[in-house]
Amino acid sequence: MGSLLRIILQRLALGLLTLLIVSAVIFGAVNLLPGDFAQAVLGQSATPEAVAAIRTQLGLDQPLLLRYADWLWDAARGDLGVSFAQANFASFTGRVDPSATVAAQIAPRFANTMFLAGVTAVFAVPLAVGLGILAALWRDTPFDKGANIATLSSISSPEFFVAYILILLLAVVNPVFPSLSSIFPGMSFGERLEKTVLPALTLTLVVTAHMMRMTRAAILNLMAQPYIEMARLKGMRPLHVILRHALPNALAPIVNVVALNLAYLVTGVVVVEVVFVYPGIGQLFVDSVKLRDIPVVQACCLIFAAAYILLNLTADILSIVSNPRLRHPK
Amino acid sequence: MSPLLEIRDLRIEGRSDEEWHPIINGVDLTLGRGEVLGLIGESGAGKSTLGLAAMGYVRDGVRVSGGSVVFDGIDLLNASAEEKRSLLGRRIAYVAQSAAASFNPAHKLIDQHVEAPLRHGVAERGESVEDAIELYRKLRLPNPDEIGFRYPHQVSGGQLQRAMTAMAMSCRPDLIIFDEPTTALDVTTQIEVLAAIRDIVQQFGTSAIYITHDLAVVAQMADRIKVLLRGDEVETAPTREMLEAPKEDYTKSLWAVRGYKRPEKPAPAAGAVPILSVENVTAAYGTATVLEHVSFDIHAGRTVAVVGESGSGKSTTARVITGLLPPRAGQVRFDGETLPPGYRQRSKDQLRQVQMIYQMADTALNPRQTVAQIIGRPVRFYRGLKGRRLRARVDELMSQIELDPATFRDRLPGELSGGQKQRVGIARALAAEPKLIICDEVTSALDQLVAEGILKLLARLQDELGLSYMFITHDLATVKAIADEVVVMKEGKVVEHGPKTEMFTPPHHPYTDLLLSSVPEMDPDWLDKLLAERGVEDLGEAATGKM
Repeated sequence: MGSLLRIILQRLALGLLTLLIVSAVIFGAVNLLPGDFAQAVLGQSATPEAVAAIRTQLGLDQPLLLRYADWLWDAARGDLGVSFAQANFASFTGRVDPSATVAAQIAPRFANTMFLAGVTAVFAVPLAVGLGILAALWRDTPFDKGANIATLSSISSPEFFVAYILILLLAVVNPVFPSLSSIFPGMSFGERLEKTVLPALTLTLVVTAHMMRMTRAAILNLMAQPYIEMARLKGMRPLHVILRHALPNALAPIVNVVALNLAYLVTGVVVVEVVFVYPGIGQLFVDSVKLRDIPVVQACCLIFAAAYILLNLTADILSIVSNPRLRHPK
Repeated sequence: MSPLLEIRDLRIEGRSDEEWHPIINGVDLTLGRGEVLGLIGESGAGKSTLGLAAMGYVRDGVRVSGGSVVFDGIDLLNASAEEKRSLLGRRIAYVAQSAAASFNPAHKLIDQHVEAPLRHGVAERGESVEDAIELYRKLRLPNPDEIGFRYPHQVSGGQLQRAMTAMAMSCRPDLIIFDEPTTALDVTTQIEVLAAIRDIVQQFGTSAIYITHDLAVVAQMADRIKVLLRGDEVETAPTREMLEAPKEDYTKSLWAVRGYKRPEKPAPAAGAVPILSVENVTAAYGTATVLEHVSFDIHAGRTVAVVGESGSGKSTTARVITGLLPPRAGQVRFDGETLPPGYRQRSKDQLRQVQMIYQMADTALNPRQTVAQIIGRPVRFYRGLKGRRLRARVDELMSQIELDPATFRDRLPGELSGGQKQRVGIARALAAEPKLIICDEVTSALDQLVAEGILKLLARLQDELGLSYMFITHDLATVKAIADEVVVMKEGKVVEHGPKTEMFTPPHHPYTDLLLSSVPEMDPDWLDKLLAERGVEDLGEAATGKM
C-alpha cells in the first residue's frame, strides 16, 4: 500500500504544480486583454486624471509581477479579492462591502453550476456507461448501430439547437417542464430539480455520446484477450463475461473520459445557461469579461482550472486503484 | 461404450483478405473415455483450431464449413449457444497456452476458480473453495491454502499453469483440452507441470486432448498421437508405435530434426586472443543486481552457447556486450581492445563488429519497410554504399540467406513466413559485416523443421565468413546441435563454463545436471524414470476423488 500512497501523493503534488502554472497563465492572459476596467467603467470621455485615480485605487499601476504575487498570496488564503464592478469607487475607503467580494459574487453561481452538473452526471454517466456496455454486448446489431447514430447525432448538433428542440417538445407542445430555469435562493430541492431538468437533459444529450463510445470501445478492445476467451470457455454468459471480465479491466479509459466530460459540465456550459437563463457561473464569467472585472474573471478561471485538474486527478487515482498490480504488489 | 468425442470430416475455414481459406480440411478424431490423445504439428497445422472445435467453439473470423462434432451424444455444431455454454466449464474444460494471459488480471485466482462451479450449480462457493485448495495440494502447488487468494501477477508462470489445470478440474469435467500448456515454461518448470497434469488426469480418469509441437512432451502425456500438417491428418497411432515406427515421411522428418549436429571444430590455439572477452562484469537495473562477476571468452570462428532459465541474465549479458546497458563493474574487450561501456561512446566501427539477431523476428523488423530497405539500411550506414552498388550488395546478402532477391526484395515483413523473417534478421546483421553475432533465442519461436533450417544456415555462414556466435538459448537440443562451448548461467552468475563435450559428459555442476535431465526425451517412460530418480512422491493417498 505504501507505493500506492506515494503515487497518489505524487499526483497531488503534480496537480498543485499544474494549478500554479495555470494561475500564472491566467493572470498573464487576463492582463493582456485590451483596455482596462477604469476605461471601461468611465467611458470614452473620461479624463486621464479620473482614469489614473481609479487605477491607483485598484492597484492597477503596480508592476505585473507584484500584482500577481499579491493575488496569488491572497488566493492561497481563500481571499479572491473584491469585484471591481461591485465596489463603490466614489466613496472608496478601503472598507469592503461583504457582498462586493469576488467570493460573494461567485459562491451562489458556482453552487448552481455544481447542482446542474450533478443532476446531469446522475443522468448521463449511468446512461452512457450502460448504453456502452449494451452496445458492446450486442455488437453490430441494430441496437448498437441505433445507439451510435442517436448519440452521434446529438453530439453533432449545436447545444442551443438541442436546447430549443427540447423546449419546443417538453415545454411548448407538451408543457411538462418550465422553459426558464430561473433559480432563487430559498427554493426547495424539488422546485430546483424541476427547473433544472431541461438544461440537464440538454447537457446529457451532449455528453453521453463520448462516454458511451469510449465504454463500448474500451470493452471491445479487450474482447480478444485470452482471459475473455477463457471465461467464455468456462460457459459464462455474454453479459457476465463483459461485466465481470472485461469491465474491470476497461475502467481506466472509461473513468478518464467520464472525468473529462464532468469537467466540461463544470466549465463549459455558457450556451445552455444563456438559453435557459440559468444563473450559473458561465454567465457570470462572460459578463465579467465584458466589464473587464478582472478579479472575477481570474477567480472563475482559477475555479475552472481547479475543477479540470481535480477531476482528472481523481480519474488518474481511480485508474491506478483499479489496477491490482498496484494495489497488491508482489 | 460409445466414444466420448467423435469428430467426423470436420472442415473449418478462416477469413483473411476478405476471403475464406481452409484451416482444417476434413479431419476425423475419436476419443475414448479416459483416453489422452496427443495432437502434434507445426504452427499453422490447425491444432488449436481443432482443439477448440472439439468444444464446439470457433474464434472470431473462423467458421465451420462442414462435418460434425459429437460429444457424448450431443451434436455440438447444431447445439444452441445456451446448450453449449451449459457444457463448457462443466463437462468440457480448457487449459490455455499462456496462463498469465488467460487468468483475468483483475480477480484473484480463487474467484476465477469458483466461477464455473457456481455458474453450473455444481457446488456452493464454500465447498468449491475447499475443493480448489484440495486440487492445489494435489497439483503440488506451494502454500495450497493461500495461493488461491493471490492475484495472477503475484504467482509464477509454472504455478499459474497448474492453478489453471485446477480450475479446469473444478467441475470434474469428462474432457479437458490442453492447448500447449507448457510451451511458455522453462524446462525445469515444465517437468513439474507435466507431472502434475498427468497425475491428476489419470486420477480422475479424465479424457484429454493434449496439443503441443514438442514430440518428447507428447510422448510422456498421450496414449495415442495424431499428427497434423496444414489442416490434414498425416497419421494416427498409439504412442509407442508411433515413436518406434512412424509410417509417413512427414512424421519421420519431424523425428529426424532432433538428430541435427554440426561437426566438431578444433579447439582454439593456446594463447590466441579471444574475439570477445567478458571480464568480471556486474550489472544492475536500478537497485536490482542482475549480473554478478560474469566472465567468459569467445574465440574467432566459434560458437558459444549461453544457457539458463528465464531470468538467469542471458539477455542482460548481451545488453552489456552491445553497450545497451553499461555495466556497474568489469569490462568487455573486443579483439583485445577494451570497449567503452555505453554504445554512445563506441565508434561506428566498434558498433559494426557486434550485431544482434532477435527472438521475435516479427517485432524486430519494421513492418512498413520492404526487405530491401531493412537490409539496405545497415549497408548504407556502415559501408556508405548507394544506388546500384547498394542494390547489388543487398542482392548478394539475400542470396547468402537463401532468399531469391527477385521474389523477396519488395515484400513487407507481413508477407513472409516466420523462418523467412528470421532470415531477413540474419541478413540485416550480416550487412554490417560483423565479426561477432549475438543470437538471442533465434529459433525459440520457430517450428522444429524451420529452426533446423536456420541453424544450418548459421553454421554455413560461420564456415564461409569465419563468424563467431554468442548463442543465447534455453533449449539444450539447440546447444547440442551447434555449440562449441557452453556457458551455463543461473541467477546472474556463471555456474559452469567449458567445451560442449565436457559439458555434456558427467560429472556436471548440480544445476547443469538439473537442466540437462529436464529436457524431455523421446521415450514414453522418460518422465516416470526421472520422477522416480528425483524421488518425487506419488499422489498416493492424497487421491480421494471427491465430488
